[in-house]
Amino acid sequence: MSTASAATATRNDAGPSSLEVSLFCLREWLKSAAPYLNLLGIVGFIFLWYLLTEKLKVPWFNKLPGPVGVYGEWVSPDPSYGISLYTPEYYQHIVTSIWRVLQAFFLATFLGVPVGLMMGWKKTFKDYTFPLLETLRPIPMLAWVPLSILMWPGREASIIFLTFLGSFFATVLNTLLGVESIDEVYFRAAHSLGAKPRHVFLKVILPGALPFIFTGLQISMGFAWFSLVAGEMLAGEYGLGYLIWNSFIMVQYPVIVIAMVTLGVIGWLSSALIRLVGNRLMQWKVREEIR
Amino acid sequence: MNTAEALSVPAPRGQISIRNVSKVYDPEGARVLAVDNCSMEIAAGEFCVVVGPSGCGKTTLLNAIAGFHGITSGEILLDGKLLCGPGKTPPPGSDRIVVFQNGALFPWYSVLENVTFGPVVQGVMPEREARDRARELLSQMGLEGIESNYPSEISSGMRRRVEIARAMMTDPSVLLLDEPFRAMDALTKTVVHQFLLDVYDRSNKTIFFITHDLEEAIFLGSKVYIMTTRPARIKTVLDVDIPRPRDFRVLSSAKYIKLKKECIEAVHEEALKAFKAGEREMA
Ligand SMILES: Nc1ncnc2c1ncn2[C@@H]1O[C@H](COP(=O)(O)OP(=O)(O)O)[C@@H](O)[C@H]1O
Ligand SMILES: [Mg+2]
Repeated sequence: MSTASAATATRNDAGPSSLEVSLFCLREWLKSAAPYLNLLGIVGFIFLWYLLTEKLKVPWFNKLPGPVGVYGEWVSPDPSYGISLYTPEYYQHIVTSIWRVLQAFFLATFLGVPVGLMMGWKKTFKDYTFPLLETLRPIPMLAWVPLSILMWPGREASIIFLTFLGSFFATVLNTLLGVESIDEVYFRAAHSLGAKPRHVFLKVILPGALPFIFTGLQISMGFAWFSLVAGEMLAGEYGLGYLIWNSFIMVQYPVIVIAMVTLGVIGWLSSALIRLVGNRLMQWKVREEIR
Repeated sequence: MNTAEALSVPAPRGQISIRNVSKVYDPEGARVLAVDNCSMEIAAGEFCVVVGPSGCGKTTLLNAIAGFHGITSGEILLDGKLLCGPGKTPPPGSDRIVVFQNGALFPWYSVLENVTFGPVVQGVMPEREARDRARELLSQMGLEGIESNYPSEISSGMRRRVEIARAMMTDPSVLLLDEPFRAMDALTKTVVHQFLLDVYDRSNKTIFFITHDLEEAIFLGSKVYIMTTRPARIKTVLDVDIPRPRDFRVLSSAKYIKLKKECIEAVHEEALKAFKAGEREMA
């Protein structure tokens, strides 16, 4: 059949698949100096830390745990303070924190993105909500702690609420900026081609705002971890924030560093994951950038 | 006429009457008179070009026909029906498709998704059929092989052609083009000019084409309206009786050169006025 072969021919002529694009980007990255410099920076930092705390024992730093001590504790099957890669408690703290962040982050996303889209789409809705948003947004998360404890029945709910708040404002604001960043000409083109309001919403506003939305989600994920730790330090029973504070009180200093590094790694992974999903959904943007 | 017999559309649509149209921006405040008492009769299937210096009010006129904003006085009729009048602004619609000055392909959609956008949102045909039609149209227009590329991955000349294809997909009565080839280099321009001429010869749609480039106007148009500096008024109307189909050889024909000379004289006067007005504003 000629039509079938024509269809395959056009498919062969098509641009590279998204996997090919990702592999290409990875190869280019490995070819550049960047990954080696990244590694060098981290190694250098750890070495400096080692020098200050364990080798030279500089007075200012003599209370801090050094990298060798922390590492030894971390990988010990029988850790002196009860937290290492081999203890279930370690994972319980991690899972508790991740689970709280996930609930708060998804709640914030599923509420924040529609609210932001609506604010960008309907002028009246923005008029109602924008001043409120701009007043509530600058309030530091820590200021919300007392109210949050008063407002919610249990610790769990108040910690998730705090985490949610941090996420929510960043998501709403970036989504709104995303809608406002869309060039007027695309709305005109859509109307001219006969689009009805729902098409404008789904086919212009949503995809047009997506790059900003994903930038917002990365920021909101950062805020979520930030607020989570604050909440856990004050009201938690489990979780990495609680672990840090509790280890401080119990004078188990290496555990503090273990929990901090764990937070750093998980935070980084979560934001990389968002980037990955974003790139998957926005191939057009990725291709614009590698050009 | 051979082209007329080969038409797929039986009765040509898209007759536009512009009657004494004026447009004042900001009527309460600065009162910028952009279009002043303009009248044009554009026959169905005519290739009409409007030339005028930058800032004279060409886009203002086109946007009124497109339905992006209203007019202050006068009326515009499409196929005998009132389209715009004072207090009546038609919603933008697919019977008057606009190809924009700076291009408006959706960057988040592939070429194919862009071209099928019109029929899909209008619900006139299922998506599958729209896709088949779009492929067919793109290959007729010499644009095969880029269906799954994003607009950022193709050249600017290609993008303009795809945008014209997207407009043609909705089978409009009128094609409104607002300086579509403005930012293009001379070589790309010759390609897109030929492309537009072919599209016109094949479809016989009414075309309302805006430009500030005289040569382009004479090469493409059947009728050329030369506008004055702001406020836009019609200074001269020129019948370009160069037969179609046209190609680049027209550019060296005696008739073309003669028309161009007439035009340049008319426009030079306006350009000078615009320049002086500009100097006055600066002073
Ligand atoms: N929204 C507006 N408000 C006030 N003045 C405007 C507006 N849009 C355009 N103008 C003015 O109207 C004149 C004509 O603009 P335009 O139609 O875009 O010109 P052209 O397309 O011929 O270059 C210009 O002097 C411009 O400054
Ligand atoms: Mg213009």
